[in-house]
Amino acid sequence: MTDHPHDDRPDALRRRLLQAGTGAAALGALPGAGMLAAQAQGTFDWKRFKGQKIEILLVKSPRGDLLSKYHKEFEDLTGIEVGSEMVPEQQQRQKAVIEFNSGNPSFDVIALSYHVQKRQFAKNNWLTDLRVYINDKSMAAPDLDFADFAKGGLNYAVESDGRVMSLPFNLDPWVVYWNKELFAAKGVTYPKTFAEMIDAAAKLHDAGKGIAGFVGRGLKNANVPVWTSFLLGYGGAFTDAKGKLLTDSAEAIESAKMYQTLLGKYGPQGVAGFNWNESQSLFLQGKAAMWLDGIGFAQPLEDPTKSRIVGKVGYGVMPAGPKAQVSALFADGEGISAYSKKKGPAWYYLQWASNKANQTRVLQAAAGAPVRNSAYAAAQQSGEIKAPKEWVECMLKSASIAQPGLPIISPVTEFRDVFGVALTNMINGADPATELKRATAEFQPVLDKSEKA
Amino acid sequence: MAAVAHPGFLARRHRSYYLFIAPALIVIGAVIIFPWLFTVWMSLFDWTIGSVAHFVGLANYVGLATNQRFIESIVHTFYFTALAVVVPLILGLVAALIFHREFPFRGLLRGIFTMPMMATPVAVALVWTMMFHPQQGVLNYLLSLVGLPASLWVYSPTWVIPSLVLVEIWHWTPLVMLIILGGLAALPTEPYESARLDGASEWQLFRYITLPLIAPFLVVAAVIRTIDALKAFDTIYVISQGGPGTASETINLYLYLQAFAFYNVGNASAVVVVFFAIILALALLLLYVRQRARWT
Repeated sequence: MTDHPHDDRPDALRRRLLQAGTGAAALGALPGAGMLAAQAQGTFDWKRFKGQKIEILLVKSPRGDLLSKYHKEFEDLTGIEVGSEMVPEQQQRQKAVIEFNSGNPSFDVIALSYHVQKRQFAKNNWLTDLRVYINDKSMAAPDLDFADFAKGGLNYAVESDGRVMSLPFNLDPWVVYWNKELFAAKGVTYPKTFAEMIDAAAKLHDAGKGIAGFVGRGLKNANVPVWTSFLLGYGGAFTDAKGKLLTDSAEAIESAKMYQTLLGKYGPQGVAGFNWNESQSLFLQGKAAMWLDGIGFAQPLEDPTKSRIVGKVGYGVMPAGPKAQVSALFADGEGISAYSKKKGPAWYYLQWASNKANQTRVLQAAAGAPVRNSAYAAAQQSGEIKAPKEWVECMLKSASIAQPGLPIISPVTEFRDVFGVALTNMINGADPATELKRATAEFQPVLDKSEKA
Repeated sequence: MAAVAHPGFLARRHRSYYLFIAPALIVIGAVIIFPWLFTVWMSLFDWTIGSVAHFVGLANYVGLATNQRFIESIVHTFYFTALAVVVPLILGLVAALIFHREFPFRGLLRGIFTMPMMATPVAVALVWTMMFHPQQGVLNYLLSLVGLPASLWVYSPTWVIPSLVLVEIWHWTPLVMLIILGGLAALPTEPYESARLDGASEWQLFRYITLPLIAPFLVVAAVIRTIDALKAFDTIYVISQGGPGTASETINLYLYLQAFAFYNVGNASAVVVVFFAIILALALLLLYVRQRARWT
């Protein structure tokens, strides 16, 4: 959600922040999908850059592994040699900042996490605007069909002024995993609203039997998306049009109270230190009725060697809040370094990486949730998809109601840290309004400074 | 007269000495002195990677002096270090005294006892994370077997640092034991023989002969443990990430966040300088204690 990177007028910055917060509302600014598809035809030749070599910086993940595994296919298709490096997520983010700052990064293509790196990359002009390639008939592959990309993903990849800075690859909307057996035992149905969600957690919570009504991340930093999932449903936003934080608004406080109730009252003992892995292990053992987290956990939940609740897991779309039904979305994609001298071959790599075959493979390997809608039907047809049908439906529905789960700002890690500490304190009994006011006052100068810098 | 025939000889010889130490000086200058001076220089700037650096003088230090979170991180660091030095020192001493005696399978048991030391800290931390899990962890299961109530371990703001120290104790007590065992093996036997002739008890032997004689080894172990505990990062980062909240955030964790998560290089440099001053003070103290503990 960025305007011109050189446009330093306060209004432009504020607008950008507002749009980041309102997420899907900015979808109208997307380039017409049909138009883009229509231009993607003509004298395209995969062998055009034969003999060249490009460097890719990937994140160590099932998706990074998958792409690396099929690099030979890209090399055979294009004659372009691929050198790739895969680095764990945190280290990859540090490496990106340091290398881009040097002005001479070692890579041509970089995988990016939108919720952390989008604003940082856009603000520093580190990526290449892809429209020049998308609009060039000889450069856009015939199957680069933007209509096939989920809107939530495109929303992340396309700036508010229409520039396309990356191709999205994978989506991670937040969903509610629920234990059907525990729900049935107490005669509770899957909640449709936040109020019902709290009610269900209260009914299902049974400390005596060691059953938590709800589990989710309490550990600072990791816990922020749990709160923002509620915040978006309450109609809250991260900032106003002028870049002022709205994180101590009435909606923010109400959503924080909900977070405090669900985790502090109906969560397991020690949840203040839980990340996704502790939450997962509790849910896998059938000791939690609901678990709110990213969609990528179907594989362990349905694996009989790891899970005691195989076949009993419900995949629920985030219940509706008082103002909206929103799934907090995280996503990743790939962009071309603005410093690259091989942008043509790099663009070919991007198109190959996000093509239909690779996207289908993501599902077949249970490596994530692809951004292309066609991948779901293709994977189901192939019969190789490992996730249940209910998961696929939950994914598609969640993606359609998704909004960015974090503000699109440069100091997003600091945002998570400051508000993460506040949320952890709330689990341990602190007052939500006081904590949010303190965190907002602490973070506002950091945000102001980052936008001025 | 022949010896003073060349008046400039000594000066020339001194100059040639400098040539010999030049490589070492260059290396030390490049890898220690320059980075250190550069860190001090950077600490005077408000600089986030990706933005322009502004000279702010001592503002970063003033900010740290009034930063509650940073001050708490110093307290956490000392609390963690004190526990992670004293407890392994006591347990290591006891273990060394036991393994110094002759008993069946002593070698085998000593080998087993030293095994934790060989494990990779991150792997150790991951295993302990699972063991600490309040619902599924084996530690609470073990407590339940003996009728004790479950603990929240690293998931409780109160117990997180003692629990993290537990990992350090398990991991590093063997090292302390090995150092002291080396000291015990080197002790002379004559003082014990004459003390026994004088009717000294086992406790008196330990208190008035063993302990003073192995004191230098205890100090060496304490120095090594202090250095290790002060720089502890991996275990804490993997197990608690400084949490819950900031309950186990040590200076290292705080520094890591500032430098590598927030890219706040100016502030991080100031933290490094303050941390260096603390370490220097501790090192001088330990040096003083070591001098006192020498055999006389």
